[in-house]
Amino acid sequence: MSIKGKAAIIGFAEMAPQKGDGAKTPLGIISEVTREVISDAGLAKNDIDGLLTGWALGEYSVLWPSVVAEYLQLQPRYFSQIELGGASAAGMAWRAAAAIEAGMCNNVLCVVGDTRGTKATGMKPPAFPRLDSEFDAPYGLIAANPGYALIARRHMAEFGTKPEQMAKIAVDQRKNACKNPTALFGSKEITIDDVLNSRMIVDPLHLLEIVSPCTGGAAFIVTSAERAKSAPNRPVYLLGAGEAGGHCGITRARSLTTSLVKPAAESAFKMAGVSPKDMHFVQPYDCYTITVLVTLEDAGFCKKGEGGRFVEEHDLTYKGDLPCNTHGGQLSFGQPGLAGGMSHVIEGVRQLMGRGGERQVKDATIGYVNGNGGIMSEQCSLVLGVQ
Amino acid sequence: MADYKKPLPRPTVASVPFWEAAKRHELQIQQCGSCGAHIFYPREVCPECLSANLQWLKVSGKGTVYSYTIAEAPTHPTFMEDVPYVIAIVELAEGPHLTTNITGCKPHEVRVGMPVVAAFDDVTPEVTLVKFRPA
Ligand SMILES: [Zn+2]
Repeated sequence: MSIKGKAAIIGFAEMAPQKGDGAKTPLGIISEVTREVISDAGLAKNDIDGLLTGWALGEYSVLWPSVVAEYLQLQPRYFSQIELGGASAAGMAWRAAAAIEAGMCNNVLCVVGDTRGTKATGMKPPAFPRLDSEFDAPYGLIAANPGYALIARRHMAEFGTKPEQMAKIAVDQRKNACKNPTALFGSKEITIDDVLNSRMIVDPLHLLEIVSPCTGGAAFIVTSAERAKSAPNRPVYLLGAGEAGGHCGITRARSLTTSLVKPAAESAFKMAGVSPKDMHFVQPYDCYTITVLVTLEDAGFCKKGEGGRFVEEHDLTYKGDLPCNTHGGQLSFGQPGLAGGMSHVIEGVRQLMGRGGERQVKDATIGYVNGNGGIMSEQCSLVLGVQ
Repeated sequence: MADYKKPLPRPTVASVPFWEAAKRHELQIQQCGSCGAHIFYPREVCPECLSANLQWLKVSGKGTVYSYTIAEAPTHPTFMEDVPYVIAIVELAEGPHLTTNITGCKPHEVRVGMPVVAAFDDVTPEVTLVKFRPA
């Protein structure tokens, strides 16, 4: 038994990312996208009987799923917090499908919202894990930037990957962002030289290869394949899912260059019965350029070590031969707090529903989405498709 | 020393021997008495076989740079004065990887695979950090 094709995403809502703290609390953002997603899915509030939510940097507390249920006055029969960092949204999608297939509930609201900081709530930001604080932080390995730089450096040393190859990912994604009216950085295309001449932050990663945190939120609704038939939008079926974990701090990863994307993607493609070459687009989590490069390798779009050449030789724009992060990716769209990789799942759904607007990938019927949390610590791959 | 502002380790019951050894300028890691695995960071059980039969082992402090990054912008505001500095993962001769800084050479002289040796840095009267320098 698998959940292949058993459930579908029938609606989505996404707040335009905003710079700075914004004027709303995370719960306020969650409320707004919830109102919009229920309408988009053609449902009523009382139809929502499942709730999966991420966590918010701007408002971090215990019992968060109940806080959200209370704030929205929902009465879920299935609810939980999915705390997989940037893999949370992808992790919600398959858990929602599994809960529906198990008969726990009918319509699952998957929702996140977050602010850039804690100004809107006056709360303290959450702490880093104790062991990272003890063995990494004293040496300056703090937050994500240096961790991904360590991955990039090792990839360069092992495989000869070049900075201009990593930069190409940011350049192509920016072209996509320029067709996305809600992207934070979508007003002007950039060149490889622009990326390489941007400020070096953590060598070898430049400013334009690093996400810009912002305020935002998004939601989608998962229902059974049967009920999806009567939805107003074209249902986007969950055809495959796979997940993998095993480290928190990057120093403890089994490999810096072969990531947990490999087992996650293998599981997702196996469940769906398809392979990378069947994909019409990819929406891989992109906190940094190197994240995309390693994800494409480990998901099987090219051989390990050949990611640099692969991104050079392929057009990653929405018009290209491998459309990649057609919303601009977080690099150009923005990374709403810890909004859990929602933008990648939603862009995949948007494309498959045919709602991509100017950046619509022509005739897209199947695509790959990957969520990545921590420092390549949490991976969740999805294969989504329409009939 | 009293004005040391950067993050300091807060030793736990599991890690006190490691930090006490560092104060003596010794590098000690754990070894599993059941399966022989070398273990870092310090734990209460072996992460390979889950045995609680762990011993402390003094090691040479020799290793190689597994990867590194040069922080051209501070990774935390308290590191401002150190820029540029090298954050590295060192692979010990015994196998375990640890997070560290490379000192004793210019940041741009660091290479992946470079042999290094432990260089103890008494950052406060109570705390010694285990950094590495070219061997
Ligand atoms: Zn053992």
